[in-house]
Amino acid sequence: MFLDSDLLLSALRALTPILLAALGGAICERAGVFNIGLEGMMLMGCFTAVTTSWFTGSAWLGVLAAALAAAAYSLILAVGAVTLRGDAVVLGVAMNLLAVGLTGFLLRTVFGVQGTFDDPSLAGLPLVGGFTPLTYLSWAAVGVAAVLLSRHVWGLRLRGVGEAPDAAATLGVSPVGYKYGAILVSGVLCGLAGAQLALGNVTLFTENMTAGRGWIAVVAVMLGRAAPVGVLLAALLFGLAEAAGFRLQGLGLPQQATDAAPYVVTLGALFLTTARRRRRTRPSGAAT
Amino acid sequence: MTPPRAEPAVELRGITKRFPGTLANDAVDLTVRHGEIHALMGENGAGKSTLMSVLYGMELPDAGTIRVDGRDVDFASPSDAMAAGLGMVHQSFKLFGSLSVAENVVYAAEPRRFGLVDRAAARRRVRELAAEHGLAVDPDARVGDLPVGLRQRVEILKLLHRGARTLILDEPTAVLTPAEADALFAVLKSLAAEGRTVILVTHKLREVLEGSDRVTVLRDGRVVARLVTSETSADEIAAAMTGRAVELDRVHAPGTPGDVVLEVSGLATDAVRDVDLTVRAGEIVGIAGVAGNGQSELIEALAGLRPVGAGHVALQGEDITHASATERRLKGLAYVPEDRHAVGTAPDASVADNLAMGHHRTSLSSRGLLPPTAVRAHARRLVERFGIKASAPEASASALSGGNLQKLLIGRELAHDAPLLLVEQPTRGVDIGAIQNIHDQLIAYRDAGHAVLLVSAELSEIRGLADRVLVMYEGRITATYDKDAADERTLGLAMAGGSGKQVETVD
Repeated sequence: MFLDSDLLLSALRALTPILLAALGGAICERAGVFNIGLEGMMLMGCFTAVTTSWFTGSAWLGVLAAALAAAAYSLILAVGAVTLRGDAVVLGVAMNLLAVGLTGFLLRTVFGVQGTFDDPSLAGLPLVGGFTPLTYLSWAAVGVAAVLLSRHVWGLRLRGVGEAPDAAATLGVSPVGYKYGAILVSGVLCGLAGAQLALGNVTLFTENMTAGRGWIAVVAVMLGRAAPVGVLLAALLFGLAEAAGFRLQGLGLPQQATDAAPYVVTLGALFLTTARRRRRTRPSGAAT
Repeated sequence: MTPPRAEPAVELRGITKRFPGTLANDAVDLTVRHGEIHALMGENGAGKSTLMSVLYGMELPDAGTIRVDGRDVDFASPSDAMAAGLGMVHQSFKLFGSLSVAENVVYAAEPRRFGLVDRAAARRRVRELAAEHGLAVDPDARVGDLPVGLRQRVEILKLLHRGARTLILDEPTAVLTPAEADALFAVLKSLAAEGRTVILVTHKLREVLEGSDRVTVLRDGRVVARLVTSETSADEIAAAMTGRAVELDRVHAPGTPGDVVLEVSGLATDAVRDVDLTVRAGEIVGIAGVAGNGQSELIEALAGLRPVGAGHVALQGEDITHASATERRLKGLAYVPEDRHAVGTAPDASVADNLAMGHHRTSLSSRGLLPPTAVRAHARRLVERFGIKASAPEASASALSGGNLQKLLIGRELAHDAPLLLVEQPTRGVDIGAIQNIHDQLIAYRDAGHAVLLVSAELSEIRGLADRVLVMYEGRITATYDKDAADERTLGLAMAGGSGKQVETVD
């Protein structure tokens, strides 16, 4: 049997980092910030989580430090795109590249190794019922984000800011404050995603270990139309693809081909949604 | 709560506002009484918008005082102005397209339950306000799906929800159809009747005469006239706005039609059904109609921007039904689109480059290259010929005023000397002075033996320019009139769907 509960369980494990990062991306998207730096923020979270866990012996301190570090890192986007009005895409790409270089450099200076830091005494996250607490947190976060965005005063104002910052400003709502808030929240969520990846899915740090999960999260945001439940479904699709990739590997397919599974799904999904949206928006005439 | 009636609702004294290089407001006094509709008039750049920005806390005045309901105020932001009972509907609406009507209305002043937005209360509030003020709109509709007239209602509801007692409307009818404008004025009059105050910023004479109580006219940053509407005339206001006597609603002499240039038979495309029409050389054919009855689609189909579903189009006897836009232009068609910012010009490009567009394919091209000297010379010629006020050919087109950008666009298209000109809304949002210039250019083009197909929402424009008038209603040509037969009443009835029907207001 190819599709079984094991596959689903491993899909749910693979899903958590993508889901956390994508929720952050969705909140930014709703605030009108195209956050393409999820990958870099997540990678900073991975490194900080492992380092802190190693030196303090506590995985939980690692999680906390990862959230704070990634939030601090996200300030690059906040200051650059919101305060200085830079291009969020350029900034995001720069943050992703910087994170790879910075974590690789710090890996050498702090641990004196290249490639991978891996030690049996590195404290990882405990499993509760087969999942880390962060996995349960990510599910709760979907519900909380959904209610906040659609029903809470804060969510309404955030959506307004994202849609028409000028209009929000004329009503006394500061677009800058809400955008900063959204970016910082995405930083925290990406930090948690990184901690889950480095202390939950595995217990080690390896250079560029996010391996495109942040990019997949960006796609999940688009695919899920920046709605928390939609993002959950999109992320689930990628989790399944990743888990299925492992499974196919076990069936003898070359690893290079199976590793590509999530990315093939990503491309296919992007293609399908753009084609669908294009059809829907074809009839012109909508006024500004 | 009701403030004493004796005090003016708004009193501006000696407002002066300087921007680098211009004196936008020069010691302007403006008094607006409670319960009146007060029109603030002036051409583009006369200082109306600056004055309202100062009143609304968006700009700090260099000198002068503001009193609202008899109290001195000092607004640092629009929020302060709103707190004092002012509310402004901006020319470009400040709405959230993806949110519902109710969400837009209560945004940043939400009824709450346990920190969550109380949606039921928000909907109720919208229904109450709508019923009270005759502003019916579905609270659950997505604002982005609404026509402009209803979006404007949402803007007004938003202000009323916040308790605004004085409403400032900046060019409120610029985007409305005549019927929507009539509906708006009915609402404004009832708001004034219940004691609210309306300040109407506009340069449209007709609606000021019909809808306002008093008029203040600005020119070059100064108040040049304070008039009581019932005792003034369009000519007096126009003269005050421009500083010279203006011949309004001039009806040009008819042309002398020659050979058929454009022949359309049985044309159908989106929103257009079974249209037959011909335009001859030396003739302007005007298409009148309430916006959204297929005029834009028809013109786009003729320009080659929209595929033709059925029927035939012939230009000078040659079939162009399925020709591309480029082929049509090469065969002798020029086109002035309705949206001069998004379609007609590239605002970020220079004046010279904008003037070269279209000509790059023909007169300016030299073995596939565009010699910069030729582009500049071409630009200088057109700038001079059409009186475009631009600092330099290299200046960005976005720096031009609306009227000058329109002159650029029309000049560029006229310079093709094409046998057929399609022109949509040639003077929308353009000053009175520039309107005359543009009309003269179109008449001269016709008299030089060209065919012109004109679409305009301004009846006076259609009547002034067109040799024949076609009325479009629900995608069909429903009536045709000769120049003399096309009076405003007849056209108005036909535009509303035929003489059998009453003129309906949009609801």
